[in-house]
Amino acid sequence: MNAIIVSALLGVLMMFSGIWVKNRAAITNIAAAGLLLLVIANLLNTYGVWVIHVNTHGMLEFQQFGLFFNTIAFTATLLYVLLSGRDMERTGADTAEYYALVFFVLCGVSILTSFNGLLMLFLGIEILSIPLYILTGADKKNLRSNEASLKYFLMGCFSTGILLMGITLIYGATGNFSFGNSQPIPGTTMVSAPFLEVAGILLVFVSMAFKVSAAPFHFWTPDVYDGAPSVFTSFMATVVKAAGFIAFVRLFSMHTALMGPSWRIIVTFVIIATLLVGNITAVFQQSVKRMLAYSSIAQAGFMLFALYSDNDLAKEGILLYSIAYSLATIGIFAILIKMNDYTFDGFNGLAKTHPVLAAANTVFLLSLAGIPLTAGFFAKYYMLASAVKAGGSIWLVIIAVIFAAVSVYYYFRVIQAMYFKEGTPSVVPTGKSFHTLLIITAAAIILIGLFPSWVLNFLYF
Amino acid sequence: MPIQYYIYLCLVLFSIGIIGVLTRRNAIIVFMCVELMLNAVNLLLVAFSKMHHAAALTLNPAATTGIEGQLFVFFIMVVAAAEVSVGLAIIVMLYRNTHSVDINFLNRLKN
Repeated sequence: MNAIIVSALLGVLMMFSGIWVKNRAAITNIAAAGLLLLVIANLLNTYGVWVIHVNTHGMLEFQQFGLFFNTIAFTATLLYVLLSGRDMERTGADTAEYYALVFFVLCGVSILTSFNGLLMLFLGIEILSIPLYILTGADKKNLRSNEASLKYFLMGCFSTGILLMGITLIYGATGNFSFGNSQPIPGTTMVSAPFLEVAGILLVFVSMAFKVSAAPFHFWTPDVYDGAPSVFTSFMATVVKAAGFIAFVRLFSMHTALMGPSWRIIVTFVIIATLLVGNITAVFQQSVKRMLAYSSIAQAGFMLFALYSDNDLAKEGILLYSIAYSLATIGIFAILIKMNDYTFDGFNGLAKTHPVLAAANTVFLLSLAGIPLTAGFFAKYYMLASAVKAGGSIWLVIIAVIFAAVSVYYYFRVIQAMYFKEGTPSVVPTGKSFHTLLIITAAAIILIGLFPSWVLNFLYF
Repeated sequence: MPIQYYIYLCLVLFSIGIIGVLTRRNAIIVFMCVELMLNAVNLLLVAFSKMHHAAALTLNPAATTGIEGQLFVFFIMVVAAAEVSVGLAIIVMLYRNTHSVDINFLNRLKN
């Protein structure tokens, strides 16, 4: 509850600070301080201290899993603001408003990690999405940004409509909005109730797959991620995407029994399609930004294993995955934003001119590829191990490992360009603090890769 | 009137909305079709709400079952209004730059 209230208040505060504070650097500092406050408020909530007591009548429930993800999301956003916050100024003049929208997105994130029932799910998704439509179109004069914004908006509304239809059918069949709580309603005359409920659950599944860009509902992702200003792509592809997965897992984790064995067949199909589309298409990209968009689809394929296996290991895995993926992607985007040329050739010879950037970027890319000694390895390992533990089919795990090997190809293309090709990359001047933060992020990735239990112990402290 | 009629009507409206989104090329008409989908959902929610209410009344004359369905409709209306304001702003921004609201005009991002 603390996080929801504090993030909404901070959003309003940021809007007003746009009127009173004219210094752009000061606005970034206010936002960073606000995020620190948000992390502290959420940690207080985790340890049982409530700022305000609100009786939500069971519409929200706060569990360790969701609160811990809140901490991850807020910390990742803090890191994002420190690394890339100043680059927002190159997108447009309204820095304070961008931060306000970021805080509203975080409010949506904290509702998605604590919803109990379909009404709060719907509100959380909308509070998360609507500010993002604006952030995507933040570069008002740029046609690509305009197009990305319109596409994202229309696809988002469309999938919201599908979500609402699913919710309504579930309501018609069960008489309440608590997903999966299907008792027969006394006195109802409807004979088709089970059919309506299954149709509703399928529609909700399709809509959530849209939101987390799982194939075959991924087609908007590359265009939107590529067209949006890079600063905001970084935020969308990490915090927002991970929050979508947490909502997805929380929604379906309790109720997979409802659909019987056909559930696993559907999820298996979606996982294989997502891994296939994401990895194979990423191989053919010429722009690093677009490659990262496809790689985010590919990573979604691994995160979907949490839905497939649905046990404690999967829940630990999805949290570890969101940490590893968010840290690495925020880092890569922070470096990418500093480049003037987004193609692979733009990275040629970066190791000679900017050794710190190149070294940090290598760690981030290795983590995304899932090489041992980085956080990404244990994230992938937990997801696959959970599928094995849940008694899933081994060939699905083998397919996932093969696609992880494919992903090494396109991640290593960047490393190859940085270290083994000659060239003079054009990079925006970077400061000492930027380098220090990059090194800290890379060190954190390696530390989590060596001792993943340090992080996971927080879940069961 | 049996509930089936309401379900059929809403599914037809919803399908018209989906087909409109998938086939029309004018951003504003696509947008209207999305609104049509949302309104089909609203109608169905109210119908289901009345159905559950009537069913509960036969067992308990003081039952308030079914109220949450109508409550949901209000939330959908508010959220849809917020979406409309953002969406129209995006379309206006696009129109200023391209002098068109045709979706086909926008295919620059394809490789």
